[in-house]
Amino acid sequence: MSPAPSSWRRWPSRLSLPLLAGGGGALIVSYLSLIVLIPIAALVSHGLSVSVRTNGTGLEFWRWHVSIGLGAFWRAVTAVGARKAIWLSLWLSLSVASINAVMGVAIAWVLVRDRFIGKGLLEASIDLPFALPTIVAGVVLLALYGADSPIHVDLFETWMGLMMALLFVTLPFSVRAVQPVLASLDPEIEAAARTLGAGGVRTFFLVVLPSLWPAVLGGFGLAFARAIGEFGSISLIAGGIGRTTTASNYVYNLTQGFLWNDAASVSTALLLISLFVLISTGVWSRKYQRRTL
Amino acid sequence: MKNSRRWALRGVVLLYVGVLVGLPVLFLVLKAFSHGLGAFFAEITRPEALSALKLSLEVAAVAVPVNTVIGVGAAILVTRHHFAGKRFLDTIFDVPVAISPVIIGVALVLAYSRIGWFGAPLATWGIRVLFTPLGIALATMAVSLPYVLRSIVPVLLEIGTDQEQAARTLGAGRLRVFWHVTLPSIRWAVMYGVTLTLARTLGEFGAVLVVSGNISGVTQTLPIYIFDSWDQRFDVLGSYAGALVLALMSTLVLAVLALLRRRERKLSVDLA
Repeated sequence: MSPAPSSWRRWPSRLSLPLLAGGGGALIVSYLSLIVLIPIAALVSHGLSVSVRTNGTGLEFWRWHVSIGLGAFWRAVTAVGARKAIWLSLWLSLSVASINAVMGVAIAWVLVRDRFIGKGLLEASIDLPFALPTIVAGVVLLALYGADSPIHVDLFETWMGLMMALLFVTLPFSVRAVQPVLASLDPEIEAAARTLGAGGVRTFFLVVLPSLWPAVLGGFGLAFARAIGEFGSISLIAGGIGRTTTASNYVYNLTQGFLWNDAASVSTALLLISLFVLISTGVWSRKYQRRTL
Repeated sequence: MKNSRRWALRGVVLLYVGVLVGLPVLFLVLKAFSHGLGAFFAEITRPEALSALKLSLEVAAVAVPVNTVIGVGAAILVTRHHFAGKRFLDTIFDVPVAISPVIIGVALVLAYSRIGWFGAPLATWGIRVLFTPLGIALATMAVSLPYVLRSIVPVLLEIGTDQEQAARTLGAGRLRVFWHVTLPSIRWAVMYGVTLTLARTLGEFGAVLVVSGNISGVTQTLPIYIFDSWDQRFDVLGSYAGALVLALMSTLVLAVLALLRRRERKLSVDLA
């Protein structure tokens, strides 16, 4: 197909756009405001104790005083329980994303390069954690690793239990990030390395892995983001003790005690961590993948 | 690769996935039926379980159509139009799934409940959000927001605007172009996104738990019922049974997704 002249590419915006697209756009922006932007603004404003006062009757902006109460935020975030919970979430998420980054490459390798009976089942098992509701994932793990474990592996209220749950829910992200890239690699390059005398391990580390890095890191980012915010799958296996209270559980416990302002403060801190991960993953993928929008 | 090494790698991978996914799922099925078929059906036909399933379906019946329309509209907006803040709009869609669902719940409470920003005016109109199905619907809509958009955008970018432009030059209006040209070429992608949205709406737990107040028979969705059975009522069998029902729904979802992926691949071959 011949390339369209550049003026044509912008064509839709030139003709009668404003009414229809404008109306639709306004609807979409209102909806986003209703369910995302306003709630998050309310959350951050409660979390940072933002108060807005006016000492006059007018709407002139210089009459408005905006004050931020960072003291309350800091107290809520550095409370012993909060610090422990955030720390637990951070190190668990880092370990889980790292373990699944390695296992993800291995699993993707087997899925792409290996052939055996029952491979379809392996393929389906990778997608299952993505489709399973998180609370079901929690119950599923408790069926085997709970207090009445049929194989006598009781991970209830242990960090191992939390880790199993997080490995379970992040598995598809780590595998599916790597698999298509591995599939698109040309096996002839590896064959060339082999004929030049490189062993299998050396070929993998010097030839295959360098082209996989961006995908592995992308999967790492997705898995980390998912793990740090995970709640449903770990809420049952974590039980009710402080040692296994992750950041999300801690926030939930605060809401059960109606400590909404503290919950907002800790949520704001978590929000910042998650947004940082989201943005850096986005920057990363834009840098290494062709993405046109 | 040497044969022994191939076997070792295959073994490690199968062991890992088996211990992490396969065996636990197998034992869920065994435990759900551990007291026989009769006990399983007695558990899933309890009035609380049925009303939880009903609420889950009702919430999905609201959230899925709304998010589909918004997703399709936004996808066309970001792929077919140029405007300031496009990148921002695109990113906002990902925010609800990038943060903890518990945070979404807290944010909705602080915006629309009695203790939040708009609680007082909403209360005077008789609208309550905390501990009501309305709050559950809002939370569910938030967490299932991006799936339709994310499914369609790559397809819209790939098919380009040539056919739409041709239809326009032949005198078709915007709506007509949408119904007769754009929508037919993205329909499988839309179905894919709708399936993902449905899966997420039926399974959402964290955000709903915070806003629902967990009132049995009134604000319990199926995932909340499963949690409540285990954590509060110590009815482990009810929990296993409910989880198995939801797991079967997810398996159905996976099958539909696989089918649509096959369609989508065929479609892209047709285009080429």
